[in-house]
Amino acid sequence: MKRPEPVQVIKQRRDSALQGLVGRIPYIQFLGIQFDRRGDELTAILPYADKLIGNPMLPALHGGATAAFLEVAAIVQLSWTALWEGMEGEIAVTPAFIMPKTIDFSVDYLRTGLPRDAYARARVNRSGRRYASVHVEAWQDNHARPFAQATGHFLMPTPNV
Amino acid sequence: MDEPTETELANRRTRIAQAFIGALPHATALGMELTEIGAGRAVISMAYDQRFIGDPDTGVIHGGAVSALMDTCAGAAVMAHPAAPQGTATLDLRIDYMRPATPGQRITATAECYHVTRSVAFVRAVATDADTARPVAAATGAFTIERAS
Repeated sequence: MKRPEPVQVIKQRRDSALQGLVGRIPYIQFLGIQFDRRGDELTAILPYADKLIGNPMLPALHGGATAAFLEVAAIVQLSWTALWEGMEGEIAVTPAFIMPKTIDFSVDYLRTGLPRDAYARARVNRSGRRYASVHVEAWQDNHARPFAQATGHFLMPTPNV
Repeated sequence: MDEPTETELANRRTRIAQAFIGALPHATALGMELTEIGAGRAVISMAYDQRFIGDPDTGVIHGGAVSALMDTCAGAAVMAHPAAPQGTATLDLRIDYMRPATPGQRITATAECYHVTRSVAFVRAVATDADTARPVAAATGAFTIERAS
């Protein structure tokens, strides 16, 4: 039986794959979104910044910033799932950073986004060869009280192009 | 004093709306500019910016930046409605991405309230780049109408 790889080697490979995926998208850097990885599970983090405010009177996060955060979380989760299968699956393949394209995205605003950090987790509900459906939920202080959720459909990149 | 002309009223409406956009930090961060405002209608545009790229292989703007533009434009259309809400918040917003916006081109969103009740505004929006005949994205949303209590 093959000896398992040292844990540092595995972590380093996974973290650099995630960094490679996230680090090359300028808009993720612009919004300051970070990702926390535990095994294959990702949590997107949107650290609070003044430029994310929509209504300065309340103040509240801009609905557009919330929508962008959810869309980023969904698209990264989808790419990450594909990347993971290639990286950790039976047949390891070189990770190809080809972005899925958003077909549609529907955001449901449940509560006012407060001027604090926000977190999001996405679930790939269906991932076919061409189309994928992803649901994503975002919360702030209390995980049981999400402030926004969304469902999006994505066109998967065509392989071998 | 003469009564203000229709043009003066329109100019005044534009000034107020521009101040409204200028007061939204996220809209300012994305460089949004209001170009037109009318009864329940708004036109807002956003210049191409490399910081907003979502696909580094093609240079296409991230859908999230287009969502932010659509949401701001729809919200401005609600605020400009003759029902004169004190404020508004997005209840839901659905965006269809019809084609990638051409890199380097300005994106312009046009939103209109197509129905308004006492407490809800229903809004439609379309975004185009330089090729105005082929929309980049379309959106529909429901917004709250906040009234002075």
